[in-house]
Amino acid sequence: MLDASLGELRAALDAKTLSAVELTQMFLRRINELNPKLNAFITIDEARSMKDAQAADARLARGGAAPLTGIPVAHKDIFCSRGMPTTCGSRMLAEFRSPYDAHVIERFAGAGAVLLGKTNMDEFAMGSSTETSCCGPARNPWDLARVPGGSSGGSAAAVAARMAPAATGTDTGGSIRQPAAMSGVCGLKPTYGVVSRYGMIAFASSLDQGGPIARSAADLALLMNAMAGFDARDSTSLERPAEDYTGQLALELRELRIGLPKEYFAEGVAPDVLERVRGAARWFESQGARTVEVTLPNTALAVPVYYVIAPAEASSNLSRFDGARYGYRAAAFEDLDDMYRRTRAEGFGAEVKRRILIGTYVLSHGYYDAYYLQAQRLRRLIARDFAQAFERCDLLLGPTAPSTAFGLGERAEDPVQMYLGDIFTVAAPLAGLPALSVPCGFDAAGLPVGMQLTGPYFSEARLLGAAHRYQQATDWHRRVPKEAPL
Amino acid sequence: MSLSLDEVRRIAALARIALSPEEAAGVAQGLNRVLALIDRMQAVDTRGIEPMAHPLEAETGVVQRRREDAVTEPDRRGELQQGAPALEQGLYLVPKVLE
Repeated sequence: MLDASLGELRAALDAKTLSAVELTQMFLRRINELNPKLNAFITIDEARSMKDAQAADARLARGGAAPLTGIPVAHKDIFCSRGMPTTCGSRMLAEFRSPYDAHVIERFAGAGAVLLGKTNMDEFAMGSSTETSCCGPARNPWDLARVPGGSSGGSAAAVAARMAPAATGTDTGGSIRQPAAMSGVCGLKPTYGVVSRYGMIAFASSLDQGGPIARSAADLALLMNAMAGFDARDSTSLERPAEDYTGQLALELRELRIGLPKEYFAEGVAPDVLERVRGAARWFESQGARTVEVTLPNTALAVPVYYVIAPAEASSNLSRFDGARYGYRAAAFEDLDDMYRRTRAEGFGAEVKRRILIGTYVLSHGYYDAYYLQAQRLRRLIARDFAQAFERCDLLLGPTAPSTAFGLGERAEDPVQMYLGDIFTVAAPLAGLPALSVPCGFDAAGLPVGMQLTGPYFSEARLLGAAHRYQQATDWHRRVPKEAPL
Repeated sequence: MSLSLDEVRRIAALARIALSPEEAAGVAQGLNRVLALIDRMQAVDTRGIEPMAHPLEAETGVVQRRREDAVTEPDRRGELQQGAPALEQGLYLVPKVLE
């Protein structure tokens, strides 16, 4: 059952061949076995998980179970969860206990899902490798010497290693899709505003969006049905009628127009990655879809624009960590200003400090127009590029990342080398568009390759449908990582 | 452009982050690498393009919702203050700022 889909778990729970308690115990055993090796979880709270499981079994016995009742779900440690630690991967919040639950946590609790621990992540979600976590790096279950991607690397590694059937993540510049690609699992970043950001610790508020990580597109759809929805406590949450994200899983591929952005099939992308993604495009053609070359002319500017806007918003959001109201406070200081400065110097890691400093600089007097406003103007051009491309196609297909998983420490010295790896994932959040990543093969070293599907606003169900049809014909998403055999 | 050590110290002071003399050179090097990356933006003429602040505003016309200016939260002061590093009689304690 470790390898079962959410649909199969639902059937077993409904048929009473398996209880939620048994299922939860099974995954907790798997976590205890593999976490020392993978460091995918920051917090494991067995008593809490078992309490949730018992409540789910009671609900199953009563009748009135929801699709996720009794299903264990791991949450990225960026989602505030009452009664247990929420660290956000930072020393600043190592002792923090949230007085409330995030909307996403409430949604899964309301659905009767079991909270299966909190997963490792880059500090404050700032990173592409899960190496900046205060709790040590998570490791890739396909190769322990490599990163699982980031920032939701703990969630991706946990799902890949069958330590959890599903997990949540957040995506600001690729933090769901890139670790999904590098760990060989599936991840969806919804349209901005579809999933509430309430209780999701803020990094860059105009970009941040929560979403699911799972082993198949069909599972992602079920998770989206639980996660999405209006929440008055997030002023950017959208009021839309409830949507069934499983509604287009039988998507008709004949005449589907698939755009291949020529800038995404270019120099700088690993040849194996290009070949696997082209192979996926050929499969869609074999099913009657039509591929069309499109252009996203500002692709090369997306990374520079992102690394102005995201740090600018981060420097503002993270000003709340002052050592006065909650979180870490330095032990020794001279006066109030010194308390702020030492608290923040000791509580934040190097990458978070770098981004706060960049953000402070680009927002400072004399530089605001040249950097911040210029970035926001280019952001509009990037959004226009997508709008023009979608006049000619129904969705875009390309690589999620230019390479497969890289080695631990390999990009730690040069921030720019790390940032440039985000080239294909930063544009969708800048434009607010939905995008997902699903496995489409392996490179010569046996590492998973992910393809990214990007669609117009609110086209999540279509993207999930296209991915599901592909997964009915392929088994890349069913492969088991070498370091986590069943 | 490249930031000098003095400029890096000024930015760190604005951000309220202590920077030791030993760290400053390494931090400056990292920041200058990132600035060289983001300076690529300057090559594009964006005259006449409106800055975009909300990701959905360009295409969907969505604007940020406003709510009634009304009290919606119950008083949870005690609970919310439990995580404070130093507290006395419901007040946050910080070093003295007035003589």
